[in-house]
Amino acid sequence: MSSRSVPWLKFTAPANFYALAQRLTPWLWAGAALLCLAALYIGFFVAPAEAHQGESYRILYIHVATAWMGMFLYLLMALYGGIYLVWRIKMADIMARSIAPTGALMTFLSLWTGALWGAPTWGTFWVWDARLTSTLVLLFLFLGYIALHGAADDREKGGRAASLLAVIGAINVPIIYFSVDWWYNLHQGSSVIRADGPSMAPSMLTAMLLMIAGIWLYSAAVVLRRAQVEALEREPRSEWAQAAAAGRMTRTQRELAAAESVREHTSQEEGQA
Amino acid sequence: MRRDLSLIVTRRQDVLTVVAFFILVITLFPLALGPDPQKLRTLAPAGVWVAAALASLISLDRLFADDWRDGSLEQLLLAPEPLTVVALAKVAAHWLALGLPLVVLSPALGYALGLEGAELGVLAVSLLLGTPVLSLLGAVGAALTLGVRAGGALMALLILPLYVPVLVLGAGAVTEAMYSSAFYAHLSLLGALLAAALPLLPLAIAGALRIALD
Amino acid sequence: MWDGIGDFLAMGGYAGYVWGSYGVTAAVLLLEGVLLGRRRRRAHALLQRRTRRAAAGSQSKGGNER
Repeated sequence: MSSRSVPWLKFTAPANFYALAQRLTPWLWAGAALLCLAALYIGFFVAPAEAHQGESYRILYIHVATAWMGMFLYLLMALYGGIYLVWRIKMADIMARSIAPTGALMTFLSLWTGALWGAPTWGTFWVWDARLTSTLVLLFLFLGYIALHGAADDREKGGRAASLLAVIGAINVPIIYFSVDWWYNLHQGSSVIRADGPSMAPSMLTAMLLMIAGIWLYSAAVVLRRAQVEALEREPRSEWAQAAAAGRMTRTQRELAAAESVREHTSQEEGQA
Repeated sequence: MRRDLSLIVTRRQDVLTVVAFFILVITLFPLALGPDPQKLRTLAPAGVWVAAALASLISLDRLFADDWRDGSLEQLLLAPEPLTVVALAKVAAHWLALGLPLVVLSPALGYALGLEGAELGVLAVSLLLGTPVLSLLGAVGAALTLGVRAGGALMALLILPLYVPVLVLGAGAVTEAMYSSAFYAHLSLLGALLAAALPLLPLAIAGALRIALD
Repeated sequence: MWDGIGDFLAMGGYAGYVWGSYGVTAAVLLLEGVLLGRRRRRAHALLQRRTRRAAAGSQSKGGNER
Protein backbone atom coordinates (compact mmCIF):
# COMPACT_ATOMS: atom_id res chain seq x y z
CA MET A 1 0.00 0.00 0.00
CA SER A 2 1.77 3.10 -1.15
CA SER A 3 0.38 6.49 -0.39
CA ARG A 4 0.07 7.09 -4.13
CA SER A 5 -2.38 4.30 -4.84
CA VAL A 6 -4.94 5.34 -2.23
CA PRO A 7 -5.14 9.11 -1.93
CA TRP A 8 -6.64 9.16 1.57
CA LEU A 9 -3.87 6.99 2.93
CA LYS A 10 -1.70 10.07 2.98
CA PHE A 11 -3.60 11.30 6.02
CA THR A 12 -2.66 8.26 8.06
CA ALA A 13 0.57 10.14 8.64
CA PRO A 14 -0.11 12.38 11.67
CA ALA A 15 1.83 15.24 10.13
CA ASN A 16 -0.34 15.29 7.03
CA PHE A 17 -3.45 14.86 9.09
CA TYR A 18 -2.42 17.74 11.32
CA ALA A 19 -1.98 20.05 8.38
CA LEU A 20 -5.28 19.01 6.83
CA ALA A 21 -7.15 19.50 10.10
CA GLN A 22 -5.45 22.84 10.56
CA ARG A 23 -6.85 23.97 7.23
CA LEU A 24 -10.34 22.50 7.77
CA THR A 25 -11.21 23.42 11.34
CA PRO A 26 -11.64 27.20 10.93
CA TRP A 27 -14.16 26.59 8.17
CA LEU A 28 -15.91 23.93 10.20
CA TRP A 29 -16.17 26.23 13.23
CA ALA A 30 -17.53 29.05 11.08
CA GLY A 31 -19.99 26.77 9.30
CA ALA A 32 -21.17 25.28 12.59
CA ALA A 33 -21.75 28.71 14.13
CA LEU A 34 -23.54 29.99 11.04
CA LEU A 35 -25.81 26.97 10.65
CA CYS A 36 -26.67 26.78 14.34
CA LEU A 37 -27.53 30.48 14.45
CA ALA A 38 -29.66 30.13 11.32
CA ALA A 39 -31.38 27.09 12.82
CA LEU A 40 -32.07 28.98 16.06
CA TYR A 41 -33.42 31.97 14.15
CA ILE A 42 -35.76 29.92 11.97
CA GLY A 43 -36.64 27.59 14.82
CA PHE A 44 -37.57 30.35 17.23
CA PHE A 45 -38.68 33.25 15.07
CA VAL A 46 -40.07 31.77 11.86
CA ALA A 47 -41.50 28.38 12.75
CA PRO A 48 -44.93 28.61 14.43
CA ALA A 49 -45.95 26.84 17.62
CA GLU A 50 -46.91 23.21 17.16
CA ALA A 51 -50.64 22.44 17.35
CA HIS A 52 -50.51 19.83 20.12
CA GLN A 53 -47.28 20.48 21.95
CA GLY A 54 -47.27 24.27 21.89
CA GLU A 55 -43.82 25.79 22.28
CA SER A 56 -42.19 22.81 23.98
CA TYR A 57 -41.64 21.08 20.65
CA ARG A 58 -38.81 23.57 19.97
CA ILE A 59 -36.63 21.36 22.17
CA LEU A 60 -36.81 18.76 19.45
CA TYR A 61 -34.49 20.71 17.15
CA ILE A 62 -31.60 20.17 19.50
CA HIS A 63 -32.83 16.77 20.71
CA VAL A 64 -33.03 15.18 17.28
CA ALA A 65 -29.71 16.66 16.21
CA THR A 66 -27.82 15.43 19.29
CA ALA A 67 -29.49 12.00 19.32
CA TRP A 68 -28.63 11.45 15.69
CA MET A 69 -25.11 12.70 16.23
CA GLY A 70 -24.53 10.43 19.23
CA MET A 71 -25.47 7.34 17.26
CA PHE A 72 -23.52 8.41 14.21
CA LEU A 73 -20.42 9.14 16.26
CA TYR A 74 -20.62 5.73 17.90
CA LEU A 75 -20.71 3.99 14.54
CA LEU A 76 -17.84 6.15 13.31
CA MET A 77 -15.83 5.37 16.44
CA ALA A 78 -16.44 1.64 15.98
CA LEU A 79 -15.43 1.95 12.33
CA TYR A 80 -12.15 3.66 13.23
CA GLY A 81 -11.68 1.09 15.98
CA GLY A 82 -12.12 -1.70 13.44
CA ILE A 83 -9.63 -0.06 11.09
CA TYR A 84 -7.16 0.19 13.95
CA LEU A 85 -7.61 -3.47 14.86
CA VAL A 86 -7.10 -4.68 11.30
CA TRP A 87 -4.41 -2.37 9.91
CA ARG A 88 -2.90 -0.92 13.11
CA ILE A 89 -3.01 2.60 11.69
CA LYS A 90 -2.19 4.81 14.65
CA MET A 91 -4.20 7.70 13.26
CA ALA A 92 -7.38 5.56 13.34
CA ASP A 93 -6.98 5.05 17.08
CA ILE A 94 -6.35 8.77 17.54
CA MET A 95 -9.57 9.51 15.66
CA ALA A 96 -11.62 6.93 17.57
CA ARG A 97 -10.31 8.20 20.90
CA SER A 98 -11.05 11.77 19.86
CA ILE A 99 -14.60 10.93 18.86
CA ALA A 100 -15.49 9.26 22.16
CA PRO A 101 -15.85 12.33 24.45
CA THR A 102 -17.91 14.26 21.91
CA GLY A 103 -20.06 11.19 21.28
CA ALA A 104 -20.66 10.72 24.99
CA LEU A 105 -21.55 14.40 25.27
CA MET A 106 -24.03 14.23 22.40
CA THR A 107 -25.62 11.11 23.84
CA PHE A 108 -25.91 12.77 27.23
CA LEU A 109 -27.46 15.87 25.66
CA SER A 110 -29.97 13.80 23.73
CA LEU A 111 -31.05 12.11 26.97
CA TRP A 112 -31.19 15.41 28.82
CA THR A 113 -33.19 17.27 26.17
CA GLY A 114 -35.36 14.20 25.62
CA ALA A 115 -36.27 14.14 29.31
CA LEU A 116 -37.08 17.86 29.28
CA TRP A 117 -39.23 17.39 26.20
CA GLY A 118 -40.90 14.27 27.55
CA ALA A 119 -41.91 15.88 30.84
CA PRO A 120 -44.52 18.26 29.39
CA THR A 121 -45.38 16.02 26.43
CA TRP A 122 -45.91 12.61 28.05
CA GLY A 123 -46.03 13.80 31.65
CA THR A 124 -42.82 11.99 32.65
CA PHE A 125 -39.12 12.64 32.41
CA TRP A 126 -38.27 9.04 31.75
CA VAL A 127 -39.89 5.87 30.46
CA TRP A 128 -38.18 2.52 30.00
CA ASP A 129 -38.72 2.68 26.30
CA ALA A 130 -36.45 1.00 23.78
CA ARG A 131 -35.00 4.22 22.43
CA LEU A 132 -34.27 5.70 25.83
CA THR A 133 -32.85 2.50 27.22
CA SER A 134 -30.61 1.81 24.26
CA THR A 135 -29.43 5.43 24.26
CA LEU A 136 -28.53 5.05 27.93
CA VAL A 137 -26.62 1.87 27.07
CA LEU A 138 -24.88 3.78 24.29
CA LEU A 139 -23.73 6.38 26.81
CA PHE A 140 -22.30 3.61 29.01
CA LEU A 141 -20.53 2.11 26.01
CA PHE A 142 -18.87 5.47 25.30
CA LEU A 143 -17.85 5.77 28.95
CA GLY A 144 -16.60 2.18 28.96
CA TYR A 145 -14.55 2.86 25.84
CA ILE A 146 -12.93 5.92 27.42
CA ALA A 147 -12.27 4.11 30.70
CA LEU A 148 -10.78 1.05 29.01
CA HIS A 149 -8.64 3.17 26.70
CA GLY A 150 -7.10 4.96 29.65
CA ALA A 151 -6.83 1.97 31.99
CA ALA A 152 -4.05 0.02 30.29
CA ASP A 153 -0.47 0.86 31.12
CA ASP A 154 0.48 0.92 27.49
CA ARG A 155 -1.48 3.18 25.17
CA GLU A 156 -1.37 0.84 22.21
CA LYS A 157 -2.78 -2.05 24.23
CA GLY A 158 -5.50 0.13 25.70
CA GLY A 159 -6.38 1.43 22.25
CA ARG A 160 -6.73 -2.03 20.79
CA ALA A 161 -8.79 -3.37 23.70
CA ALA A 162 -11.07 -0.33 23.57
CA SER A 163 -11.42 -0.69 19.81
CA LEU A 164 -12.52 -4.29 20.22
CA LEU A 165 -15.07 -3.16 22.80
CA ALA A 166 -16.37 -0.50 20.40
CA VAL A 167 -16.85 -3.07 17.65
CA ILE A 168 -18.63 -5.54 19.97
CA GLY A 169 -20.82 -2.70 21.21
CA ALA A 170 -21.73 -1.70 17.67
CA ILE A 171 -23.05 -5.20 17.05
CA ASN A 172 -24.84 -5.21 20.39
CA VAL A 173 -26.68 -1.91 20.25
CA PRO A 174 -29.25 -3.07 17.65
CA ILE A 175 -29.82 -6.29 19.61
CA ILE A 176 -30.39 -4.26 22.76
CA TYR A 177 -32.76 -1.96 20.90
CA PHE A 178 -34.88 -4.78 19.52
CA SER A 179 -34.99 -6.79 22.72
CA VAL A 180 -36.07 -3.78 24.79
CA ASP A 181 -38.52 -2.64 22.14
CA TRP A 182 -40.11 -6.07 22.11
CA TRP A 183 -40.21 -6.26 25.87
CA TYR A 184 -41.72 -2.79 26.20
CA ASN A 185 -44.40 -3.36 23.60
CA LEU A 186 -45.44 -6.62 25.25
CA HIS A 187 -45.85 -4.91 28.58
CA GLN A 188 -47.23 -1.51 27.78
CA GLY A 189 -49.07 -1.84 24.52
CA SER A 190 -47.86 0.44 21.80
CA SER A 191 -45.08 2.86 22.53
CA VAL A 192 -45.89 6.36 23.72
CA ILE A 193 -43.33 7.76 21.33
CA ARG A 194 -44.85 7.49 17.93
CA ALA A 195 -42.51 7.53 14.98
CA ASP A 196 -44.15 10.54 13.39
CA GLY A 197 -46.67 12.91 14.83
CA PRO A 198 -48.67 15.34 12.76
CA SER A 199 -46.82 16.49 9.68
CA MET A 200 -44.25 19.21 10.27
CA ALA A 201 -44.46 22.71 8.89
CA PRO A 202 -41.74 23.34 6.27
CA SER A 203 -40.05 25.95 8.45
CA MET A 204 -39.80 23.44 11.31
CA LEU A 205 -38.19 20.91 9.03
CA THR A 206 -35.76 23.53 7.72
CA ALA A 207 -34.75 24.49 11.25
CA MET A 208 -34.26 20.87 12.20
CA LEU A 209 -32.12 20.06 9.18
CA LEU A 210 -30.03 23.19 9.73
CA MET A 211 -29.51 22.25 13.36
CA ILE A 212 -28.48 18.72 12.40
CA ALA A 213 -25.97 20.10 9.90
CA GLY A 214 -24.70 22.63 12.44
CA ILE A 215 -24.19 20.01 15.14
CA TRP A 216 -22.54 17.78 12.58
CA LEU A 217 -20.03 20.50 11.67
CA TYR A 218 -19.46 21.33 15.34
CA SER A 219 -18.68 17.68 16.07
CA ALA A 220 -16.36 17.44 13.09
CA ALA A 221 -14.48 20.56 14.21
CA VAL A 222 -14.14 19.45 17.83
CA VAL A 223 -13.13 15.92 16.91
CA LEU A 224 -10.47 17.12 14.45
CA ARG A 225 -9.12 19.61 16.99
CA ARG A 226 -8.96 16.94 19.68
CA ALA A 227 -7.30 14.53 17.26
CA GLN A 228 -4.68 17.20 16.51
CA VAL A 229 -3.88 17.65 20.18
CA GLU A 230 -3.93 13.90 20.72
CA ALA A 231 -1.44 13.42 17.85
CA LEU A 232 0.84 16.12 19.26
CA GLU A 233 0.76 14.56 22.72
CA ARG A 234 1.54 11.11 21.37
CA GLU A 235 4.53 12.14 19.27
CA PRO A 236 6.20 14.90 21.26
CA ARG A 237 9.65 13.97 19.99
CA SER A 238 8.89 14.20 16.30
CA GLU A 239 10.07 17.16 14.31
CA TRP A 240 6.70 17.88 12.75
CA ALA A 241 5.01 18.13 16.14
CA GLN A 242 7.54 20.71 17.34
CA ALA A 243 7.15 22.70 14.16
CA ALA A 244 3.37 22.47 14.42
CA ALA A 245 3.43 23.70 18.00
CA ALA A 246 5.57 26.65 16.96
CA GLY A 247 2.93 27.41 14.36
CA ARG A 248 5.19 26.95 11.37
CA MET A 249 5.01 23.75 9.50
CA THR A 250 6.40 23.93 6.01
CA ARG A 251 5.47 21.76 3.11
CA THR A 252 8.87 20.10 3.03
CA GLN A 253 8.66 19.34 6.72
CA ARG A 254 5.31 17.71 6.20
CA GLU A 255 6.63 15.63 3.35
CA LEU A 256 9.65 14.58 5.35
CA ALA A 257 7.46 13.54 8.25
CA ALA A 258 5.15 11.63 5.94
CA ALA A 259 8.05 9.79 4.36
CA GLU A 260 9.38 9.02 7.82
CA SER A 261 6.09 7.57 9.01
CA VAL A 262 5.70 5.50 5.84
CA ARG A 263 9.18 4.08 6.45
CA GLU A 264 8.26 3.36 10.04
CA HIS A 265 5.09 1.62 8.92
CA THR A 266 6.78 -0.59 6.35
CA SER A 267 9.56 -1.51 8.72
CA GLN A 268 6.91 -2.44 11.28
CA GLU A 269 5.22 -4.66 8.75
CA GLU A 270 8.49 -6.27 7.83
CA GLY A 271 9.16 -6.84 11.49
CA GLN A 272 5.84 -8.58 11.88
CA ALA A 273 6.37 -10.75 8.81
CA MET B 1 -10.75 -28.13 29.13
CA ARG B 2 -10.54 -31.20 31.32
CA ARG B 3 -7.60 -29.61 33.06
CA ASP B 4 -9.61 -26.43 33.66
CA LEU B 5 -12.54 -28.39 34.95
CA SER B 6 -10.47 -30.42 37.36
CA LEU B 7 -8.75 -27.24 38.46
CA ILE B 8 -12.04 -25.60 39.28
CA VAL B 9 -13.39 -28.71 40.95
CA THR B 10 -10.35 -28.88 43.16
CA ARG B 11 -10.98 -25.27 44.07
CA ARG B 12 -14.38 -26.17 45.41
CA GLN B 13 -14.36 -23.08 47.52
CA ASP B 14 -14.81 -20.83 44.51
CA VAL B 15 -17.91 -22.72 43.48
CA LEU B 16 -19.31 -22.49 46.97
CA THR B 17 -18.60 -18.77 47.16
CA VAL B 18 -20.42 -18.01 43.93
CA VAL B 19 -23.41 -20.18 44.83
CA ALA B 20 -23.60 -18.56 48.26
CA PHE B 21 -23.42 -15.12 46.62
CA PHE B 22 -26.28 -16.07 44.29
CA ILE B 23 -28.47 -17.25 47.17
CA LEU B 24 -27.62 -14.22 49.33
CA VAL B 25 -28.54 -11.72 46.61
CA ILE B 26 -31.89 -13.46 46.19
CA THR B 27 -32.38 -13.41 49.96
CA LEU B 28 -31.93 -9.65 49.94
CA PHE B 29 -35.03 -9.15 47.80
CA PRO B 30 -37.66 -10.37 50.30
CA LEU B 31 -35.77 -8.63 53.10
CA ALA B 32 -35.85 -5.34 51.23
CA LEU B 33 -39.37 -5.72 49.87
CA GLY B 34 -41.22 -7.23 52.79
CA PRO B 35 -42.75 -10.70 53.03
CA ASP B 36 -45.94 -10.03 51.02
CA PRO B 37 -46.12 -13.16 48.80
CA GLN B 38 -47.96 -11.42 45.96
CA LYS B 39 -45.35 -8.68 45.65
CA LEU B 40 -42.53 -11.18 45.93
CA ARG B 41 -44.03 -13.30 43.20
CA THR B 42 -44.11 -10.34 40.83
CA LEU B 43 -40.50 -9.65 41.56
CA ALA B 44 -39.28 -13.24 41.45
CA PRO B 45 -38.18 -13.50 37.78
CA ALA B 46 -36.28 -10.22 38.00
CA GLY B 47 -34.73 -11.21 41.33
CA VAL B 48 -33.41 -14.57 40.23
CA TRP B 49 -32.15 -13.22 36.92
CA VAL B 50 -30.41 -10.17 38.37
CA ALA B 51 -28.77 -12.40 40.98
CA ALA B 52 -27.63 -14.80 38.25
CA ALA B 53 -26.19 -11.94 36.17
CA LEU B 54 -24.29 -10.51 39.14
CA ALA B 55 -23.03 -13.95 40.20
CA SER B 56 -21.83 -14.59 36.67
CA LEU B 57 -20.09 -11.22 36.61
CA ILE B 58 -18.18 -11.70 39.85
CA SER B 59 -17.24 -15.30 39.09
CA LEU B 60 -15.84 -14.38 35.66
CA ASP B 61 -13.73 -11.55 36.97
CA ARG B 62 -10.73 -13.82 37.49
CA LEU B 63 -11.34 -16.26 34.63
CA PHE B 64 -8.04 -15.51 32.91
CA ALA B 65 -6.25 -13.54 35.61
CA ASP B 66 -4.38 -16.41 37.29
CA ASP B 67 -3.31 -18.01 34.02
CA TRP B 68 -2.19 -14.64 32.80
CA ARG B 69 -0.09 -13.95 35.86
CA ASP B 70 1.71 -17.31 35.93
CA GLY B 71 2.34 -17.27 32.19
CA SER B 72 0.32 -20.35 31.25
CA LEU B 73 -1.89 -18.18 29.05
CA GLU B 74 1.09 -17.44 26.84
CA GLN B 75 1.71 -21.15 26.49
CA LEU B 76 -1.87 -21.58 25.32
CA LEU B 77 -1.10 -19.08 22.58
CA LEU B 78 1.60 -21.45 21.33
CA ALA B 79 -0.57 -24.56 21.68
CA PRO B 80 -1.57 -26.43 18.51
CA GLU B 81 -5.29 -25.72 19.01
CA PRO B 82 -6.50 -22.30 17.86
CA LEU B 83 -6.91 -19.78 20.65
CA THR B 84 -10.62 -19.52 19.82
CA VAL B 85 -11.16 -23.18 20.71
CA VAL B 86 -9.10 -22.81 23.86
CA ALA B 87 -11.16 -19.80 24.89
CA LEU B 88 -14.40 -21.64 24.24
CA ALA B 89 -13.19 -24.61 26.27
CA LYS B 90 -12.21 -22.39 29.17
CA VAL B 91 -15.59 -20.67 29.20
CA ALA B 92 -17.37 -24.01 28.90
CA ALA B 93 -15.46 -25.41 31.86
CA HIS B 94 -16.20 -22.30 33.84
CA TRP B 95 -19.88 -22.47 33.02
CA LEU B 96 -20.13 -26.18 33.89
CA ALA B 97 -18.52 -25.55 37.26
CA LEU B 98 -20.10 -22.21 38.20
CA GLY B 99 -23.08 -21.60 35.91
CA LEU B 100 -24.75 -24.99 35.99
CA PRO B 101 -25.12 -25.05 39.80
CA LEU B 102 -27.08 -21.79 39.58
CA VAL B 103 -29.39 -23.31 36.97
CA VAL B 104 -29.93 -26.39 39.12
CA LEU B 105 -30.58 -24.33 42.23
CA SER B 106 -32.86 -21.81 40.55
CA PRO B 107 -36.17 -23.75 40.83
CA ALA B 108 -35.73 -24.00 44.59
CA LEU B 109 -35.02 -20.29 44.87
CA GLY B 110 -37.85 -19.44 42.52
CA TYR B 111 -40.15 -21.52 44.70
CA ALA B 112 -39.00 -19.61 47.74
CA LEU B 113 -39.98 -16.38 46.01
CA GLY B 114 -43.43 -17.73 45.19
CA LEU B 115 -43.14 -19.14 41.69
CA GLU B 116 -44.90 -22.43 41.12
CA GLY B 117 -45.34 -25.33 38.73
CA ALA B 118 -44.41 -24.74 35.13
CA GLU B 119 -42.97 -21.30 35.93
CA LEU B 120 -40.12 -22.99 37.75
CA GLY B 121 -39.40 -25.09 34.69
CA VAL B 122 -39.39 -22.01 32.46
CA LEU B 123 -37.06 -20.26 34.92
CA ALA B 124 -34.59 -23.14 34.81
CA VAL B 125 -34.73 -23.43 31.00
CA SER B 126 -34.32 -19.68 30.55
CA LEU B 127 -31.26 -19.73 32.80
CA LEU B 128 -29.95 -22.80 31.00
CA LEU B 129 -30.08 -20.93 27.70
CA GLY B 130 -29.11 -17.52 29.05
CA THR B 131 -26.24 -18.07 31.48
CA PRO B 132 -23.86 -19.47 28.81
CA VAL B 133 -24.32 -16.20 26.89
CA LEU B 134 -23.60 -14.28 30.09
CA SER B 135 -20.47 -16.38 30.60
CA LEU B 136 -19.26 -15.72 27.05
CA LEU B 137 -19.89 -11.98 27.30
CA GLY B 138 -18.28 -11.84 30.72
CA ALA B 139 -15.25 -13.71 29.39
CA VAL B 140 -14.83 -10.99 26.74
CA GLY B 141 -14.84 -8.42 29.53
CA ALA B 142 -12.41 -10.45 31.63
CA ALA B 143 -10.04 -10.75 28.67
CA LEU B 144 -10.31 -7.05 27.80
CA THR B 145 -9.49 -5.96 31.35
CA LEU B 146 -6.52 -8.30 31.86
CA GLY B 147 -3.67 -6.48 33.52
CA VAL B 148 -5.66 -3.31 33.93
CA ARG B 149 -5.95 -1.16 37.02
CA ALA B 150 -9.31 -1.56 38.84
CA GLY B 151 -10.17 -4.37 36.46
CA GLY B 152 -13.22 -5.64 38.34
CA ALA B 153 -15.15 -2.38 38.47
CA LEU B 154 -14.19 -1.56 34.90
CA MET B 155 -15.38 -4.97 33.75
CA ALA B 156 -18.80 -4.34 35.31
CA LEU B 157 -19.02 -1.03 33.45
CA LEU B 158 -18.11 -2.69 30.16
CA ILE B 159 -20.14 -5.86 30.43
CA LEU B 160 -23.37 -5.06 32.28
CA PRO B 161 -24.73 -2.97 29.37
CA LEU B 162 -24.14 -5.94 27.09
CA TYR B 163 -26.07 -8.21 29.48
CA VAL B 164 -29.27 -6.26 28.83
CA PRO B 165 -30.78 -8.39 26.02
CA VAL B 166 -30.22 -11.66 27.88
CA LEU B 167 -31.71 -10.25 31.05
CA VAL B 168 -34.72 -8.83 29.22
CA LEU B 169 -35.46 -12.08 27.41
CA GLY B 170 -34.70 -14.40 30.34
CA ALA B 171 -36.70 -12.58 33.00
CA GLY B 172 -39.33 -11.85 30.35
CA ALA B 173 -39.84 -15.55 29.63
CA VAL B 174 -40.60 -16.26 33.29
CA THR B 175 -42.93 -13.27 33.58
CA GLU B 176 -44.76 -14.41 30.47
CA ALA B 177 -45.15 -17.87 31.96
CA MET B 178 -46.81 -16.27 35.00
CA TYR B 179 -49.50 -14.39 33.11
CA SER B 180 -49.95 -16.25 29.87
CA SER B 181 -48.24 -19.18 28.22
CA ALA B 182 -46.57 -17.22 25.43
CA PHE B 183 -43.07 -17.82 26.72
CA TYR B 184 -41.87 -19.89 23.76
CA ALA B 185 -41.02 -16.77 21.76
CA HIS B 186 -38.77 -15.50 24.55
CA LEU B 187 -37.08 -18.84 24.95
CA SER B 188 -36.50 -19.28 21.23
CA LEU B 189 -35.02 -15.76 20.97
CA LEU B 190 -32.81 -16.59 23.93
CA GLY B 191 -31.77 -19.73 22.09
CA ALA B 192 -31.03 -17.65 19.00
CA LEU B 193 -28.81 -15.35 21.09
CA LEU B 194 -26.95 -18.40 22.37
CA ALA B 195 -26.59 -19.79 18.84
CA ALA B 196 -25.16 -16.47 17.66
CA ALA B 197 -22.92 -16.03 20.71
CA LEU B 198 -21.37 -19.50 20.63
CA PRO B 199 -19.43 -19.09 17.38
CA LEU B 200 -18.88 -15.29 17.50
CA LEU B 201 -17.90 -14.43 21.06
CA PRO B 202 -15.00 -16.94 21.31
CA LEU B 203 -13.47 -15.01 18.41
CA ALA B 204 -13.79 -11.80 20.39
CA ILE B 205 -12.36 -13.48 23.50
CA ALA B 206 -9.40 -14.79 21.53
CA GLY B 207 -8.85 -11.35 20.01
CA ALA B 208 -8.91 -9.71 23.43
CA LEU B 209 -6.52 -12.30 24.85
CA ARG B 210 -4.07 -11.68 22.00
CA ILE B 211 -4.17 -7.95 22.74
CA ALA B 212 -3.47 -8.59 26.41
CA LEU B 213 -0.59 -10.95 25.61
CA ASP B 214 1.08 -8.82 22.95
CA MET C 1 -44.95 36.25 16.09
CA TRP C 2 -43.76 36.82 19.66
CA ASP C 3 -45.57 39.40 21.75
CA GLY C 4 -42.51 41.12 23.15
CA ILE C 5 -39.48 39.68 24.88
CA GLY C 6 -41.41 38.51 27.93
CA ASP C 7 -43.64 36.35 25.78
CA PHE C 8 -40.59 34.93 24.02
CA LEU C 9 -38.90 34.07 27.29
CA ALA C 10 -42.06 32.48 28.67
CA MET C 11 -42.16 30.00 25.74
CA GLY C 12 -45.89 29.46 26.13
CA GLY C 13 -45.41 28.23 29.69
CA TYR C 14 -42.61 25.82 28.81
CA ALA C 15 -39.77 28.20 29.67
CA GLY C 16 -38.08 25.81 32.12
CA TYR C 17 -38.08 22.94 29.69
CA VAL C 18 -37.05 24.84 26.56
CA TRP C 19 -34.41 27.06 28.17
CA GLY C 20 -33.24 24.17 30.33
CA SER C 21 -32.53 22.18 27.19
CA TYR C 22 -30.86 24.95 25.21
CA GLY C 23 -29.03 26.37 28.21
CA VAL C 24 -27.45 23.08 29.22
CA THR C 25 -26.59 22.26 25.62
CA ALA C 26 -24.89 25.62 25.12
CA ALA C 27 -23.06 25.35 28.45
CA VAL C 28 -21.84 21.84 27.77
CA LEU C 29 -20.64 22.61 24.25
CA LEU C 30 -18.92 25.76 25.47
CA LEU C 31 -17.23 23.82 28.27
CA GLU C 32 -16.03 21.22 25.78
CA GLY C 33 -14.51 23.95 23.62
CA VAL C 34 -12.82 25.69 26.57
CA LEU C 35 -11.36 22.46 27.96
CA LEU C 36 -10.11 21.44 24.55
CA GLY C 37 -8.54 24.85 23.99
CA ARG C 38 -6.75 24.62 27.32
CA ARG C 39 -5.45 21.17 26.54
CA ARG C 40 -4.25 22.38 23.15
CA ARG C 41 -2.41 25.37 24.59
CA ARG C 42 -0.78 23.19 27.20
CA ALA C 43 0.40 20.70 24.56
CA HIS C 44 1.79 23.52 22.43
CA ALA C 45 3.57 25.13 25.36
CA LEU C 46 5.13 21.82 26.32
CA LEU C 47 6.40 21.21 22.81
CA GLN C 48 7.74 24.75 22.45
CA ARG C 49 9.66 24.42 25.71
CA ARG C 50 11.11 21.16 24.47
CA THR C 51 12.17 22.76 21.19
CA ARG C 52 13.83 25.69 22.98
CA ARG C 53 15.65 23.33 25.32
CA ALA C 54 16.87 21.27 22.39
CA ALA C 55 18.05 24.40 20.57
CA ALA C 56 19.84 25.69 23.67
CA GLY C 57 21.45 22.30 24.20
CA SER C 58 22.87 22.10 20.71
CA GLN C 59 24.17 25.69 20.91
CA SER C 60 26.06 25.15 24.16
CA LYS C 61 27.51 21.95 22.79
CA GLY C 62 28.74 23.87 19.76
CA GLY C 63 30.31 26.45 22.11
CA ASN C 64 32.24 23.80 24.02
CA GLU C 65 33.72 22.44 20.87
CA ARG C 66 35.16 25.78 19.96
